Amino acid sequence: MYGRKVKLRFIFILLIFLVLTLSVFLVLKSLEENVIYFKSPSDVKTVPELDSKKIRIGGMVKKDSIEISNNSVNFIITDFKNEINVIYSGAVPNLFSEGKGVVAEGFLKDRNFFQASKILAKHDENYMPPEVKEALKEK
Amino acid sequence: MIYSSIGYYALIFGLAISLPIFFFSIKNFKNHEILDSKIISFSFIQLLLVIVSFLGLIVSFLLSDFSNDTVFNNSHTTKPLFYKISGTWGNHEGSLLLWLLVLTLFIFIFLVRSKNLLKKYRILTVLFQQIIIIGFFIFLIDSSNPFNHTFPSPSEGLGLNPILQDPALAIHPPILYLGYVGSSIIFSSVLAATCLNYISKTWAIHIKNWILISWIFLSLGILLGSIWAYYELGWGGFWFWDPVENVSLMPWLALTTLLHCVLVLEKRSTLSSWIIILSITTFTLSMCGTFLVRSGILNSVHTFANDPERGLFILSFLFILIFISLFVFFVFHKSDEQEVISFSLFSKETSILINNWFMMYFLSVVIIGTVYPIFLDVISSEQISVGPPFYHKLIIPFLIPFLIFMALGPQLSWIRGKLDGKIYLILFLIISFLISYLILKNFGNNILINTILIGSAFYLFLTTIRDFFKKKLQNFSQNLSHFGFSLLILSILFNNIFSSEIITNLKVGETFKNKKFEIKFNDLKKFEEKNYVSFKGYFLIKENNSRENLEPELRVYNQPNIITSEADIKTTFLSDKFITMNTVQNEEYFNIRYQKKPFMLWIWISVVLISFGGVISLFKNRDI
Repeated sequence: MYGRKVKLRFIFILLIFLVLTLSVFLVLKSLEENVIYFKSPSDVKTVPELDSKKIRIGGMVKKDSIEISNNSVNFIITDFKNEINVIYSGAVPNLFSEGKGVVAEGFLKDRNFFQASKILAKHDENYMPPEVKEALKEK
Repeated sequence: MIYSSIGYYALIFGLAISLPIFFFSIKNFKNHEILDSKIISFSFIQLLLVIVSFLGLIVSFLLSDFSNDTVFNNSHTTKPLFYKISGTWGNHEGSLLLWLLVLTLFIFIFLVRSKNLLKKYRILTVLFQQIIIIGFFIFLIDSSNPFNHTFPSPSEGLGLNPILQDPALAIHPPILYLGYVGSSIIFSSVLAATCLNYISKTWAIHIKNWILISWIFLSLGILLGSIWAYYELGWGGFWFWDPVENVSLMPWLALTTLLHCVLVLEKRSTLSSWIIILSITTFTLSMCGTFLVRSGILNSVHTFANDPERGLFILSFLFILIFISLFVFFVFHKSDEQEVISFSLFSKETSILINNWFMMYFLSVVIIGTVYPIFLDVISSEQISVGPPFYHKLIIPFLIPFLIFMALGPQLSWIRGKLDGKIYLILFLIISFLISYLILKNFGNNILINTILIGSAFYLFLTTIRDFFKKKLQNFSQNLSHFGFSLLILSILFNNIFSSEIITNLKVGETFKNKKFEIKFNDLKKFEEKNYVSFKGYFLIKENNSRENLEPELRVYNQPNIITSEADIKTTFLSDKFITMNTVQNEEYFNIRYQKKPFMLWIWISVVLISFGGVISLFKNRDI
């Protein structure tokens, strides 16, 4: 009925369309899975349900809370309203110290304990992660 | 003080020079003589003025003239001479001035080197480039003036962030900018060529040089940044999919695609729409890149709100440029008769088209991953981050067919290729998968995907090696770059799979032991340097029978008061040993991170090979 050329072109367009939908679907799905949300200690206390996804928690390292041994660094993150205990073993960034801002990435064990898999580096002393600044501002 | 003023007025005069350039260009465009030499002279004067302005800023930095705001914010009297100079472009204002310098430099070189091309085309390119130049002049003078001064002048500056005080990072911005700004010439000349319907083989040969130049610089610029991140940030990786890195990768992807398209245009006079769109994309991405990094948007969207003028200006400027270019594209671009020339499914043209689509896919993934968090924060103030898993998941599966097509494409000929007598291609495929299976047999996890990945990278590796012997010098540059790429992927994969890492906290004198390694913290010594105090740790690493002494360092800078850790790296042909140490709250414990990273050196070498392919192609092109 139609010429060979028209048929070919139709198949070609269909193919492009399929590939496009597939890739958009893939991108969106993987975005949804791999996005890491940022929470403050207060958020953790108030959310109705804890999910098992990886999150980031930001705030200040509480004074006199760092406990260090050969294979772990434990400390408390506070936003001066609520606090959360962080259990961590791994590398710490240069500017990690008490009374300074910090962002920890990992999984919540419950509302009081956080198992961190990474502590994020900051760029300089005055720099505060935007998330922390926000969290502190809300205070 | 005086040098700042000189710099500032040079800028204003430089802007004023644009007027005669415009005037003579338009006048010259209408009559049919040869190119008016006044245009070249005025471009030269403009270049000189920008150079004077740039020197003014450098001298202000050298003399530590803190009455200048930029110097005050980014320099300090105790800073070493070299970093005083590099501090010039290590900030928003100075880097924009550097952009402008390269913009004017390139248009001048363009004018000098394009004598045998169509006059109208040269003039139009100058005009388009002048629009960009004027935009940058106004932006600099109006809202990012590097010569603002304070009175009374402070006696000491705030200093440059110590992690930026590093030789690789000192030359990283200029190299990267040569790449970024090179794309502006491509942008202007593509628009000019579209207006005049001049997109042809002669034009392709001429523009290929510019594409190659900016591609080489961009590749090397990214490499330098990556090397710096590796040894300075102390994470032991070379690519973190950080937005700051992504913005330099995006124009690179577009530019690489453009480079392939131009080869098709040169040989076969087709794909001209691709070329126009890609040139516009590359330039837009380059500009966004500079802006996003320097304005601080990436660190925090909220700085955007602190200085809305800058953001608004650059956004509207970008908008105008995109509008002009799209206007030119839709009004002037006619897909000419030659476009319709068809090519069969098995041809170089098809494989380059396939390459284009893959690259566009990679580009969109990176764009989405970089822009989405900013976007979401602005819209819903929800804060998220998109990490490496996102990119890995979306890019790695597509890398496999990409590598295989990359091996096959160059084996085909133009128009209609044949697959007869190419049994070796199938043979190679089987061999490479066998090799990769044998290598990975003993490493349990993810064996399937890793085997396929390494197999396809090996495939490209083998076919390019065969071409070195078979084709000798024909297509040598292309082959070298492709070979470099296969080496890059192989090194990255091996590096990922075979790296081992130990993180532990040690006091001086303690020893860490496990089955493979033994790390002994022998001593800690203090040294006073010019602008920092250094604490050096002395470690002894025992592995099997080898012993290695490593000495990582902690530096406490005086101004600004920042602690940085300097990794100690022992590089050999096969692997790097990498160690960093950090303090934890002045306690006795030090946080030690030791990594053994195979094939690290080969990652750098392969990127150099890739760019070197470009250099060879550039010189070959010169001869014609």
